[in-house]
Amino acid sequence: MSRRLVTALLAVIAAILVTPGNVAADGQGGGTLSGQISDPESSEEDDGVEGIDIDVLDDSGDELGTATTDAEGAWEFDVPEPGTYTVVLDEDTIPEDLQSYELVPAAEQEQEVDEGDDPIILYRLVEPETEGESSEGPDDGSGDESAEEEAAEEGAEAPEVDESAPFSHQFAQVATDGLVYGLVIAIAAVGLSLIFGTTRMINFAHGDMVTFGALMALLFSTGAGGLGNSILGLVVAVALAIGVGLLLRDRAGPGVRLAVQGALLVLGIVGATLVGILGGESMEWRVSLLGDPGMGSSALDLAVVVLVPVVIAAAVLAAGRLLRGRVPHDTVLPLQGVVLFVGLAAGLWLGAIGAALIAVILGAGLAAGMERYIWQPLRLRNVVMIQLFIVSIGVALLLRHTLLVLFGGSRASYPEYQVQEMVGLGPIEVAPRSLAIMVVAVLVLVAVACMLQFTRVGKAMRAVADNRDLAESSGIDVARITLYVWTLSGGLSALGGVLFGIHQIVHWQMGFHLLLLMFAAVILGGLGTAYGAMVGGIAIGMVAMLSTLWFPHQLMEAWALAIMIVMLLIRPQGLLGRRERIG
Amino acid sequence: MSSEPTQLGGAGGAAQGGIAEVSPHPGVAKPDPILVADGLRRSFGGLTAVDVERLQVQRGTITALIGPNGAGKSTLFNVLTGFDRVDTGSWTFEGGRLNGLAGHQVARRGMVRTFQLTKALTRLTVMENMLLAAPGQSGERLLGSFLRWSWARQEDSNRERAEALLERFRLAHMRDEIAGSLSGGQRKLLEMARALMVRPSMVMLDEPMAGVNPVLVESLLEHISALRDEGTTVLFVEHDMDVIMGISDWIVVLAEGRVIAEGRPEDIRSDQVVIDAYLGAHHDEAGRGSGDEAAEGIEEAR
Amino acid sequence: MDFLGILATSLTSAIGPVAAIYALAIIGLNMHFGYTGLLNFGQVGFMLVGAYGVGISVGTFGLPLSVGVGAGILCGLLLALLLGIPTLRLRADYLAICTIAVAEGLRFVYRAPFARDFTGGVFGRQNLSEGFRELNPFPPGRYGFGDITFSSPHLWTMVVTWSLVLVASLVMWSLIHSPWGRVIKGLREDEDAVRSLGKNVFAYKLQSLAVGGVFGALAGVMIALHQASITPDQFRPQVTFYLWAMLLLGGAGRVLGPVIGSVVMWFLLTFTDEMMRAMDQMGWLPFVSGGELGAVRHALVGLILVLLIIYRPQGLVGDRREMLVNVK
Repeated sequence: MSRRLVTALLAVIAAILVTPGNVAADGQGGGTLSGQISDPESSEEDDGVEGIDIDVLDDSGDELGTATTDAEGAWEFDVPEPGTYTVVLDEDTIPEDLQSYELVPAAEQEQEVDEGDDPIILYRLVEPETEGESSEGPDDGSGDESAEEEAAEEGAEAPEVDESAPFSHQFAQVATDGLVYGLVIAIAAVGLSLIFGTTRMINFAHGDMVTFGALMALLFSTGAGGLGNSILGLVVAVALAIGVGLLLRDRAGPGVRLAVQGALLVLGIVGATLVGILGGESMEWRVSLLGDPGMGSSALDLAVVVLVPVVIAAAVLAAGRLLRGRVPHDTVLPLQGVVLFVGLAAGLWLGAIGAALIAVILGAGLAAGMERYIWQPLRLRNVVMIQLFIVSIGVALLLRHTLLVLFGGSRASYPEYQVQEMVGLGPIEVAPRSLAIMVVAVLVLVAVACMLQFTRVGKAMRAVADNRDLAESSGIDVARITLYVWTLSGGLSALGGVLFGIHQIVHWQMGFHLLLLMFAAVILGGLGTAYGAMVGGIAIGMVAMLSTLWFPHQLMEAWALAIMIVMLLIRPQGLLGRRERIG
Repeated sequence: MSSEPTQLGGAGGAAQGGIAEVSPHPGVAKPDPILVADGLRRSFGGLTAVDVERLQVQRGTITALIGPNGAGKSTLFNVLTGFDRVDTGSWTFEGGRLNGLAGHQVARRGMVRTFQLTKALTRLTVMENMLLAAPGQSGERLLGSFLRWSWARQEDSNRERAEALLERFRLAHMRDEIAGSLSGGQRKLLEMARALMVRPSMVMLDEPMAGVNPVLVESLLEHISALRDEGTTVLFVEHDMDVIMGISDWIVVLAEGRVIAEGRPEDIRSDQVVIDAYLGAHHDEAGRGSGDEAAEGIEEAR
Repeated sequence: MDFLGILATSLTSAIGPVAAIYALAIIGLNMHFGYTGLLNFGQVGFMLVGAYGVGISVGTFGLPLSVGVGAGILCGLLLALLLGIPTLRLRADYLAICTIAVAEGLRFVYRAPFARDFTGGVFGRQNLSEGFRELNPFPPGRYGFGDITFSSPHLWTMVVTWSLVLVASLVMWSLIHSPWGRVIKGLREDEDAVRSLGKNVFAYKLQSLAVGGVFGALAGVMIALHQASITPDQFRPQVTFYLWAMLLLGGAGRVLGPVIGSVVMWFLLTFTDEMMRAMDQMGWLPFVSGGELGAVRHALVGLILVLLIIYRPQGLVGDRREMLVNVK
């Protein structure tokens, strides 16, 4: 929904209709001039600039009055009768920090007002011209809602290409950027493809799981004050409720169990709210994005950062092994949970667990929760696949805008990765963060591939993705494997979000923009295959970036989508997909 | 139209006369074939699901297609009716080539199929299911649909015909129910009745008895014989040997995609190749390679 | 809190021009999804090309309004063919991805700087509805009763759009209660069965896509005429999701579903919006404020979608019995 359309219209309608005074004025045939000036540094359309004055003059040049924008950047002015009016924006009233922006189309605009007409006057603050696009008129790449372009520009993309360099150098540079971008897409898309394979469902909420991961990492790396504590509190409450539910399953009646669980949840919500309201600055804490134990040497730090999560994972698995058979079956999982929590808390205290890892764990938990409490019950109710698609769209809208409410619409980047010296590698210049992304992404992709190829769970995942019924009949616990697939996908998408955030920028719509590229990637590689998504992701990233060598960079995504459609025409099963009829 | 019970397995009628003299060996030419297939091959990946060198179906007979699981019966059905592509080979129906024709074009030529898993259009009423099948409706054109007077008469005559067919298949009392409320057996009946609405010269029935209770099987068999007696050619896939032996005029045995035998029921009953194929298939059912399973899986998946 | 005022505002938006425009687009979506079973997640693409049919002919080339309207509808038709021919042979889930991708791709192209000479880039096109307003037979002033009143241009748009909705609904009724509609509904249940009965499934799906697409384009045309100015960014994928929510709320596969869905949903949306705004002004909302209210509303639409599918998949006017039948 275009919020501008609706808000503008509703505002106009409401303004005219609710106040009787307006009706009288309007009865004589005048109209209302209105508009909204968005904050160019925010991508949320409703984030306006407050306090800008707009003077309205009639055609003889007499000033009729001045309107001032409100908190949402909206302003309006009633004119007495039809005619031509001149609207002048007082540039001196633009706030100091926005003075560097250019005003388009112009400060002074003429507007004809017909009877009963309520024209909308367009003002935009845009970034001044940068690269060679001056002939194109004012650049829209920094408008309030052109997030996809901004995102593209914020990274190490097209703008950094030195136009004077030989073409081969440019090509190498852009291809490297494409590889980084492609790896990010691949990381996020593997889960999408696996989920499709195991459940035949297209998860439209996948993009917003990516956003979730990026925002969580941002939250915990920039300062998790009230909100971070609230979220952790909620997570603990939910985990406790689930654990207690498991413990009480055969020991207490369902009424008691539900009551205890409900009480825990209510307590958690109340507690989280209180922490959120009261905590604020006083409970401020933060961890670095990737973890920083402060051991004095970076090699030691790195070792601890890598080792601690491995130790925690090993401890959880070992606890499971040790306890199985010794304690009642249904207490194993809660006890494992306790080990996990203790481990994580210790890791956090050591500083070995970074915000990225917290984000990945929360993302995995979110996905597992969705599967367990939304998708699995719906599948058991035999809800038709088409309807599941729609539910996932609903979940996507809900998640995306909840995140928007919680985190606001502004863009941000991880404090440790904002500006970096480029490292020269032959003809290519790479930011260290891009190198880090490549290393992390390749390692994780290889790990995931090994997991799928060699472990029992991984083989089961591929079997279920290949043929759910066959897997079920050969004794695989499909429901459990599906839960694992969601957990893995949630973690991977959160990691994808973190990497995407490091690469470009963190923003509430980033995931949705990535979603279309992920779709392109999984279709290119073969819907339902994990390896296909990896190959497809890298290919789509390369295509998107390489297209900027010849075509405007605003069309990057359009090219990726075009590749997808061409692929569907010539080989609908994708690069690595098995040939089966899809028509 | 009548619903007189016909003698099962009776070799009456002029058309079947021809088939009695044909010698029973694979790929044999028939005196009056309605369907002629040559060199059909269809493979999935490395698996050849269908590899039929030569197959003819005699006009006006009931021909059964049998074979062990994964023999390629359903794939052959799909290929013949335009629901699957063929790798090589050609086939003609009533003298016209069908190669490369889409499913709906094959149906319009008069060869209409049913499905192993019934495909009743569940949220349409039984009557709507029937009317949908009527061929050549001018009201089915997008712009033609607005000219109600132009198709109203056609609709009425189709409705009459549908009514008669429903009567014959004992579904008339259900005409205004949605098809989703029918039982499994009734759906099979509806599907057959619906196929007849197309006025086919040949019907292809994919396991018409599967999952139908024994009482309904009798009446289904009667309907099939009645079809033959009216001059419609029937080709059907079935597993139940008693049914097949009782009703068929001719039997084609498929194994691993090839026609290994064909002949009259009595020929097949005593054919050593067939017995081996079936026994062999049963023998090492457990130890069979995953290949056949995969082929079956692929077939199931479509 | 001015409760009556809020109620009046909500009612006004429920019967206002925007609700009518949405109803028109949903009628198209109902053709696609409700009757044919096509998963079109790119209906906003049809609205985009429809609106820009007017925008480019009138705004860029200064052609008369009638040409613009014609161009808009033609563009919708063309998009249906271009989109349908490659994708309608694919399975439903592929179609869903393709439609959303094509709609977003179109928006990227229309807002790209190289297209600025035609489309006006991100700024879109302005002053598009002079020809339309010249035809306005209502003298200036306000019309309505009580607090529910409309200015003369709005009344004119409303009358035209709701008339179009009426015509479109009649067309839909006629189509669906004809042999053509029977084939279309058959497709929704099982393509292969319909194909086995000698119907050209692809042609019917394409026709359905075109009919629904033209309604979508018509909605786009009305957006251009109503607002007099259009920008590419108002045609975001969220619009499609709103349309879906409204269709499911009203009842998919029902002639009246789209109209009821649009009216009820706009009432609810405006009502919650106004209530939140009023409560915000009175300081009753602890967490959200001002600009975040829009986000809360979007989240609400998502919640409505989820709850509808789970608890009332047939919508307000759907047939429970039909929904209980296990399809496929």
